[in-house]
Amino acid sequence: MADVPIDAPEHCPGTSSDQAGKSSACQGCPNQNICASGAAKAPDPAIEEIRQKLTSVNHKILVLSGKGGVGKSTFSAHLSHALASDDSKEVALLDVDICGPSIPKIMGLEGEQVHQSGSGWSPVYVEDNLAVMSIGFLLSSPDDAVIWRGPKKNGMIKQFLRDVDWGELDYLIVDTPPGTSDEHLSIVQYLSSAGIDGAVIITTPQEVSLQDVRKEIRFCIKVKIPIIGVIENMSGFVCPKCKNTSQIFPPTTGGAQRMCEELNLPLLGSVPLDPRIGKSCDEGKSFLNEVPDSPAAVAYENIVQKIRDYCSSHTTSNNPF
Amino acid sequence: MDSSEKGSLAQVKHVVLVLSGKGGVGKSTITTELALALVHAGKKVGILDVDLCGPSIPRMLSVGKPEVHQCDAGWVPVYADPQQKLAIMSIGFLLEDSDEAVIWRGPKKTALIGQFVSDVAWGELDILLVDTPPGTSDEHLAVLENLRKHRVDGAVLVTTPQAVSTGDVRREITFCKKTAVKILGIVENMSGFVCPHCSECSNVFSKGGGEELAKLTGSVFLGSVPLDPLLTATLEEGRDFLQAFPESSTYTAISQIVNTVLSSLDA
Repeated sequence: MADVPIDAPEHCPGTSSDQAGKSSACQGCPNQNICASGAAKAPDPAIEEIRQKLTSVNHKILVLSGKGGVGKSTFSAHLSHALASDDSKEVALLDVDICGPSIPKIMGLEGEQVHQSGSGWSPVYVEDNLAVMSIGFLLSSPDDAVIWRGPKKNGMIKQFLRDVDWGELDYLIVDTPPGTSDEHLSIVQYLSSAGIDGAVIITTPQEVSLQDVRKEIRFCIKVKIPIIGVIENMSGFVCPKCKNTSQIFPPTTGGAQRMCEELNLPLLGSVPLDPRIGKSCDEGKSFLNEVPDSPAAVAYENIVQKIRDYCSSHTTSNNPF
Repeated sequence: MDSSEKGSLAQVKHVVLVLSGKGGVGKSTITTELALALVHAGKKVGILDVDLCGPSIPRMLSVGKPEVHQCDAGWVPVYADPQQKLAIMSIGFLLEDSDEAVIWRGPKKTALIGQFVSDVAWGELDILLVDTPPGTSDEHLAVLENLRKHRVDGAVLVTTPQAVSTGDVRREITFCKKTAVKILGIVENMSGFVCPHCSECSNVFSKGGGEELAKLTGSVFLGSVPLDPLLTATLEEGRDFLQAFPESSTYTAISQIVNTVLSSLDA
């Protein structure tokens, strides 16, 4: 049964919710008795279907942050490009930011559409070995808004994991929206049998960001996702004219470094602010190709290598944690 | 409509949402600065922070972790100032541990937002600003549903200049049109950085996208706010930027935005 059945009322809490069959919205719903009896709360069969589908995926990495606008999508895209620069590796990038899907633009795939075949939905290929899926490909206009409540977003994420023909992959990178809500819970739930290698957490240096990121770290601990490490993005800006460094987002409480020390987490690296990164993203190009010798590109490549090393030395079990 | 039907918002003259499809563009920053500017202009202001996963407002206004009390009329908001000109409600006040993650699915978020709108004793306010998380989902629908009994004057949309941001804000504009929320205007935040050492202006996050978006969608362009490390630093410390740096171009930009918003509310 889908999380929100087609005949459910507008505020259906979802068939797997604690409120299934019991909330005021359930009054009059044809499924109310089924939900209230708990029959709909049996483990979602999709979890096992997804486990089977993803046995051909070696490593699954989440890119998270409690905070918006810190560079999750930028990093996810460039991590994918960097991993796929090795022709022998198959890489895919899944964008589960349902309301604000940035990945199609950043990957230069705006306007692309998804096709269905006998083996499921085909992702969109940037390179022969780099595939992308996003709700952005299902929208017909750049003005289309996805005004969905949680249960409907959850259903979409389930389809992305179960119904996309990913094929054999070395890496599946999952880009997420900010927060600790439906999308995050669903990704963890649906991958609970398939396994997650770990999460990369992105922050910017200032406390306003760190205070949200600490919550994300608590989330990871609570749902038992291993944390590969933290990246401090937008870490200082070097003026192109006078070459002095300014801390546009000041690390007033010690930045990611102090937070990592306090929480005993690896700091994977710090990436400086570079206007050319945003420009590349807007143009749908890889910054790593456009400006490969910039300090930011060098920082990215060092971080990517640490992630490769982590994946090489960790394997996910197929058991739920 | 009599005041008992309007409930806790009965004496709130204007309600303005601060929205963006995009995260990290400065919604909470702009909400905070608009609120402070309005207080300096003699208004009584409220901020309702409905970002349940990442509530930034309490820190930006340096209100710490006070207890939230109940009175006959509902929950008493937290005041940022002794004169009680700036009232705030945020989930940040309800968490014992500020690092505690609020890991809630949509229906639970919807329920709390309903309480924040209907059960807070806002009292008399000239303006209630509603700071929102990015997106077009449960929180946004919950706010609008609960404000149905009360007029929503409109929304201020915040973007940064680059296309990745305006791309999301276009969707937010569609959201506003579909939910009949008037767009009071678009703010282009983080618009250019002036190096404090040599005064060279760098377009760190590109430039002009917000203004173009306003033209493309027929919306009012409220103005550009520069990327100002002094602004970020004062917000980190929960200080009043407008009092601390009244000579800055950021102050001028914010004042202009406030004046335009106030004119459109009084019109």
